[in-house]
This record gives sequence, structure tokens and C-alpha cells, in this order.
Amino acid sequence: MSDSNKILEEITSSEYKWGFVTDIDNDSLPKGLNEDTVRYISAKKNEPEWLLEWRLDAFRKWLKMEEPIWPNVTYPKIDFQDIIYYSAPKQKVTLNSLDEIDPELRATFEKLGISLDEQKRMTGVAVDAVIDSVSITTTFKVKLSELGIIFCSMSEAVQEHPELVRKYLGSVVPVTDNYYAALNSAVFSDGSFCYIPKGVRSPMELSTYFRINAANTGQFERTLLIADESSYVSYLEGCTAPVRDENQLHAAVVELVAMEKAEIKYSTVQNWYPGDKNGKGGIYNFVTKRGICAGDYAKISWTQVETGSAVTWKYPSCILKGDHSIGEFYSVAVTNNYQQADTGTKMIHIGKNTKSRIVSKGISAGHSHNSYRGLVKVMKRAEGARNYSQCDSLLMGDQCGAHTFPYIEVENNTSTVEHEATTSKIGEDQIFYCNQRGIATEKAVALIVNGYCKEVLNQLPMEFAVEAQKLLAISLEGSVG
Amino acid sequence: MTTELKESLIQHFNTLEKTPSSALLVDTRKEAISAFQELGFPTTKHEEWKYTNLKNTIAKTYAIESAATFSAEDIKTLTALPIDCYKVIFVNGIFSPSLSTIDAAGVTIEPFQTSNQEVVKNYFAKNLPYNDSMVALNVAFATAGTLIHVKAKQHVAKPIVCFYLSDVRSANVFAQPSVLVVVEEAASATVVELNRSLGSNTAFTNAFTHAILKKEAYLEQYKIQNDIDNSNFVHNSQIVHEGKSNSYTTTITLNGGLVRNNLNITLGAEHCEAYLNGLYLEKGAQHVDNHTLVDHAMPNCYSNELYKGILDGKSTGVFNGKIWVRKDAQKTNAFQSNKNILLSKEASVHTKPQLEIFADDVKCSHGATTGQLDPEAMFYLRARGVGEDKAKKMLVHAIAFDVLDKVKHDELRAYLEQEIEERLK
Repeated sequence: MSDSNKILEEITSSEYKWGFVTDIDNDSLPKGLNEDTVRYISAKKNEPEWLLEWRLDAFRKWLKMEEPIWPNVTYPKIDFQDIIYYSAPKQKVTLNSLDEIDPELRATFEKLGISLDEQKRMTGVAVDAVIDSVSITTTFKVKLSELGIIFCSMSEAVQEHPELVRKYLGSVVPVTDNYYAALNSAVFSDGSFCYIPKGVRSPMELSTYFRINAANTGQFERTLLIADESSYVSYLEGCTAPVRDENQLHAAVVELVAMEKAEIKYSTVQNWYPGDKNGKGGIYNFVTKRGICAGDYAKISWTQVETGSAVTWKYPSCILKGDHSIGEFYSVAVTNNYQQADTGTKMIHIGKNTKSRIVSKGISAGHSHNSYRGLVKVMKRAEGARNYSQCDSLLMGDQCGAHTFPYIEVENNTSTVEHEATTSKIGEDQIFYCNQRGIATEKAVALIVNGYCKEVLNQLPMEFAVEAQKLLAISLEGSVG
Repeated sequence: MTTELKESLIQHFNTLEKTPSSALLVDTRKEAISAFQELGFPTTKHEEWKYTNLKNTIAKTYAIESAATFSAEDIKTLTALPIDCYKVIFVNGIFSPSLSTIDAAGVTIEPFQTSNQEVVKNYFAKNLPYNDSMVALNVAFATAGTLIHVKAKQHVAKPIVCFYLSDVRSANVFAQPSVLVVVEEAASATVVELNRSLGSNTAFTNAFTHAILKKEAYLEQYKIQNDIDNSNFVHNSQIVHEGKSNSYTTTITLNGGLVRNNLNITLGAEHCEAYLNGLYLEKGAQHVDNHTLVDHAMPNCYSNELYKGILDGKSTGVFNGKIWVRKDAQKTNAFQSNKNILLSKEASVHTKPQLEIFADDVKCSHGATTGQLDPEAMFYLRARGVGEDKAKKMLVHAIAFDVLDKVKHDELRAYLEQEIEERLK
């Protein structure tokens, strides 16, 4: 056992690889939040009057709300006046080609393994890169627009497709939904906007890459994705941040709308800076993600690999409004050192014969705490609704905790809801079996963890799956309690 | 409205303090009343009471600790039970030694006032965290409670049956029976708790049973809740285990109004085992809420929990099972299962099987299902000429059987089977 403890120690001390800072000129607001901040952001983005009003309304409501205390996480109180709410890399106003992007910036994304160049065409991924508060560039725009797909930054969408933005913004996550959603509604700076027209199947994966670069800033991005009738889109999201001693806040809102027979697949690999091994620094990741299956036979699938952030508070949810609609949630959440994660999903069955499936795998190591919190609600009208949930937790070491809070509320007698959960450590017999066959303990653990997460990782698009697997290996391999 | 009952209870406490019987447990009770005063009655804003609303119950006016006028005949009908047992009778929450059979071998059953004060003081409500104000409320008025003290190495063969009787013929009654069960080393006993009311007004009972299991002790507990429609029953049970002790708790809820069971088990030493079983068969506008907490504080303990519910009419069911495995509790095995069947369109169920685990070398699992009677089984029976109603009953019976099968006392099981048969008619 001492061997594996040693391995565990080595692993837990492995450094965060994406922790560099890019030295680029920033255009940022001073710290603090008041109505003027909101007005400034809105003016900076040249927003129409209705959006400013919408923001101000959100801000006023936010002032009256209280920070939620129910999540199973502890962190010092956030001083919302000590945050920079707007920070953008200085650059020319419009970019006609990628060559015009600040070379420093491009180098940043190269370092992160995301090439903004068109050479990426080979892999067929369109990328929208968001650094600090604003979207830097969106690739493959022309090609996508031939099909009628709109894929651009939120600011651009506000200018060019105000009718769509106005119709759907806040329709899934209302302003008053929760504390952080209200804050985001007031101060969101940018994000991605995507619209897939009727009957179109997006030919490539759409992707957003988020990066917090500047110090003391908060990142508040807003993503809105609309899949019109019979369309399909697969959307990827990735994120990293530099190593800093202070905690930074990330409060995003993601809204998905799937019309009749549309399908949205939303995948996230979340790797914000988790803080150092003593729990210093790291990102507070307070995110509201929700999708609505507005039409019949619509499908929304969330897949997430959560390895970063000091504190995570995130519940990607599905409102299954259309009859026969389907919601899925696949999650791997890994916490190490002093990380805390309270994550899960909500499946609200409203329509008839709606189905949902939840597969959640939690892995806790070090001094971390990992909670699954989920709600499956079957409303009165949801005849024949079906849910299957499975949440497993794996514990590594005796200093960590794994918690499960599943809420199941059933109001219809023709529905079937199943939930099962297990908590255990990696079996000594499994390790022994591997050892016996010449596989070293460290490798055996990686193998077992990968096998444990396979069900979720299989849901990820190819290149993301590879990245996720590497991430898992870095976070955990070899750690047996 | 809600403040009224609270205020009158606090007032009642202050009046009682001037009477001679108030010397009993005075510090414990004072602490409890201030906890209750601070917390008040639980509301749906309280996470543990999210789905159970006491508002309508506490809005009524109650007679508190009122004297009952039961005739000998009434008592006889109310305490009828086809089982050879010792009867411990509470009337409107107050232990009545004259009505009870207390000359039992191996066990003493006495009111707190005259029993071994050391034992009462050392165990009753000791180190209770008053996170639920209903427990605090009971403890604050626990002067008329009873001590069931099972002597070391004694096996009490006959079940000890506690009857919580309420006389609601002339007024609404608020009753708070308190029981302390101490099972000494290597002793064993069976304790049954039954609540029954007479009349058509509302009975609101807030019971508290504190059981202490010493080394190698064994306790079987049965809570049988089958009362009038107007009976609102909150039952708080606390079971504290010492080394190598086993407890076996079964909660069966048949008729009643609002029923809330808080069953907290602390496995406070190594090699303890706790079994928790429950069955709720609801209809009409019933509301049954089972909250269980198994606190694995020490290593090498085992807990196994099975709760089943069948809900008909407009009834609502709540199950909240928490398994808490502390850092030191390595080698814990904890299992939990909750299965619900909804028979009607209006019935609903809220279940939350919860695991909180701080140790790594554990095996814990929980499962919860909600569904309807298996259509294939139904078809099988129908194909063999069994009518729909009968087939339904057979299947419901089969579901209930899983839990009934775990009732170890033969006479008691036969009695319960008959009661369930009656209910399914």
C-alpha cells in the first residue's frame, strides 16, 4: 500500500500544464460592479436599448437575491466589488483574416493545442475562441453560412441577428433563475451564438474555447444554441486558465433550444485552473446550463468531463417539454487536492413518453469533495415517462469524500423511474489481477479508471475523448487509497 | 397561525416549571425548549421537511396533555392485539402505569419519575443534536415518559407493546409520548409501538423513542401505524449502538393522516449491524414521510435498508434515506433500497436516497425505483382467468410480502398480514 501512496503523492503533485499567462495588452474596466458597469459593457458592445434594459433589470433583481448556500461546498465569501467585469485583449476593430490576430494570442491558442488557422480544416472543427471576456475569432464562418448555419460570437449576433437573440435569450434560463444566472445576465460580455436552420445537419463539430487570461477578472460568457426543426449539431466546449494565487470567478450561462426532431449534443471538457495542491487559488466555476426540448422527438445530450476548477457548481439540465423527447447526461467529475465539485443534472419530464438517462461517474482523491446532486421530476402529464439514473463514485484515499443527493419526484403512475448508485474504491482484487499479468499498479489504476469512465468518454467526439483521457490520466493514475 | 401553537407550548412549559414534577431532567429539558423556541415548527423551507407540510396540522387548536376519559371498555378495544405481550399504555402522551402490565421478567418498565434516575439522566436525549425541532419539543415535555430497562443477559421473549392512545372525542389532542429503551449487555427484547385514537377530532402525536443498545445487545423494533384518518403522527426514533449490537427496525404505515417517521441510527462502535425495513400502503389523501439516517461512525459496521411503498388515491409518499459514512468508518458495508408503486393517477412520490461518504474502503450502494405494477405479471394472471381487481391485489400483496417476510415475530407477522389483507379489501 505504501507504494501506491507514493504514487498517489507523485500524481497529486503533478502541475497544471495550462497555467501560463499570455502578455497581451488588455482593455479593461476598473474593479467593481454597479449600474454604470452594466451600462459601460452594453455601450462598449454597441448594444440596442432593449438589451441594456434587460441587463439592468437583471442587475436590479440580482441585487435583491441571495447567494445560494445549499451546495455542498465551502469557500470564502466572494467580494463582487473586487472583480473586473470586463477585460478584452486590445486589437483592431474588425478582423478580415486570421493573419490579423495578435500573434501573441495566436501563440496562446497554439500552446493550448487549438489552432485557429484554417489548416484545422482537416479535423473539421469550427472554433470560436473566447479570451477573458470577448470572442477573438470564429473560424469556418463562411463555409457554415453557406448552409445557413449562424455561428458567431454573441456580440456579433446581437448586431446581426437581434430578432433571434431577443426571442431566445433568457427563454430557457430566466434572469431570476438563480443568483449567478442573474449576475451573468447583467454583465455577460460575450460568448457563442449558434443557429442551425431547419433540416440542416451541421457538417462539422462547432467548438468554443474559453480562456481566462487577465488577473482579477471574472469571466461571464453566455452561450445560446438553437437547433431548428430536424437539425443536428454537435457542440464542444473547452476551457483553461493561468495559474494564479487568488480565486477567479467564472459564471456562465448556456441555453439550448431544440425544436421538433432536432438534436443537440453538447460536450464540455472543463479544465479551469483547480488551485495548487494546498488549495490556494483556482477558479470558482458557477455555471447554469439548461436545454429545452421544445418540440416533439427532440433530443439534448450533455456530456461533461470536469477535471478543473477549485469549486464547481454546475447542473446541466433538460426540460423535456415535447412528447417523445429525450434528455441525456453523461458526466465524469474528477476532484483532487482541495477541489470541490457539486454537480449533476435535472431532468424535467413534461411531455408524454419522454425519456432521460443519467450516467454520472465521480472520482475523488486527495482532500477533495465530490457531490452528485440531481433531480428527476415527472410531472402529472408525462404519461409513460422513463428515466434511468446511475451514479457511481470512486474514492481514492481516506481524506476525500463522495456524496450523492438524488431527488426523485414522480407524479405520474404510468412512468418508470430507476436510480442506482454505488460508492467504492478500486478493488484490490482488480489491481492484483492486473499486477499478476505484469501491469504495474500505476498503469493498472489508469486502466481501471478509464474503464470506469468509458461509458461517458464514449459519448465524446473523437479528439475530445483523447484529450479527456489524457486529463484523467494526469489527474489520477496510480492513486490507490 | 403557526406561532399560536408554538407560543402556547412555550407558555405551557413555563407553567409546568412551577410544579414539583419539573425537577426531572430539568437541564436537558430547558436546553430542549430553548432549541425549540429558536427553531420553531419545521417548515417546507427546511431541507428535511421540503415535502411534508405541517402548516395545516399546527394551525389547529389543541388540548395539551389533557386528561382522557377512557372507560375500561374503551381501553380494552383500543389495546386489542391478538398477541401475547406486555402492554405499556400512554393516554394522550402520558404514561399510565395503572393501565399497563409492568410485572415483566428481566425488564423493568417504569415512569421516568420513579425509575432509576441515573439511567434516565445518563441516556435520555443525551448529546442529541436538535437539528430537528420536533425532537426538541418532545424532550422539553418529557417528564411523563417511561423507561424500558432490559437487564443484562436477559432475553425478554414477549414483545413489549407501547400503545400511544389519544382521546379525540371532544377536542383535538396534542400528545407527546417519550420512551427510553435501554438494552443492557447481551440482552435482547422486542418493542412494538402502536398509535391509536378514538373520536373524530384531530390527534397530533409527536413521539420520541430513544433506544440505547449496550455491548452485544439485540433490539427488534416494530412501528405499526394504523390509526384514524385524522391522526397526524410524527415519530422520532434514535437508536444508539454500542459494540457488536444489532438492531432490527420495521416501520409499517397503513392508515393515518400525515405521518412522518424520523429514524436515526448511530453505529457508534465496531461490528454493529442495523437493519431498517419499511412498508407504506397509502390511499385517500394520506401523506407518509420516512426519513432515515444511518450514521456509520466506526469501522466494520453493516447496515441494510429496504423501504417499499404502494400509493393509491391522492396520497403522497416521501422517502429520504441518508447513509453517512464517517472518515474512521473503514470497511463499512451499507445498502439501501427504496421501491415505490403508483397505483393511481393522483398519487405521487418524492424519494431521495442520499449517500455521504468520507471513508474510502467502503461498499455502499443505494437504489430507488418508482413505477407501476408489472404489466407482464398482470397479463400472466389475467391470462389465467384472474380478475383485474384480484390480480392487482395479488401483486400488491407480493410487494408487501418482501417487507413482511422480514418480520421475525410469528404472531406479529400473522397479525400484520391480516391487517394488510383487511386494507386491500
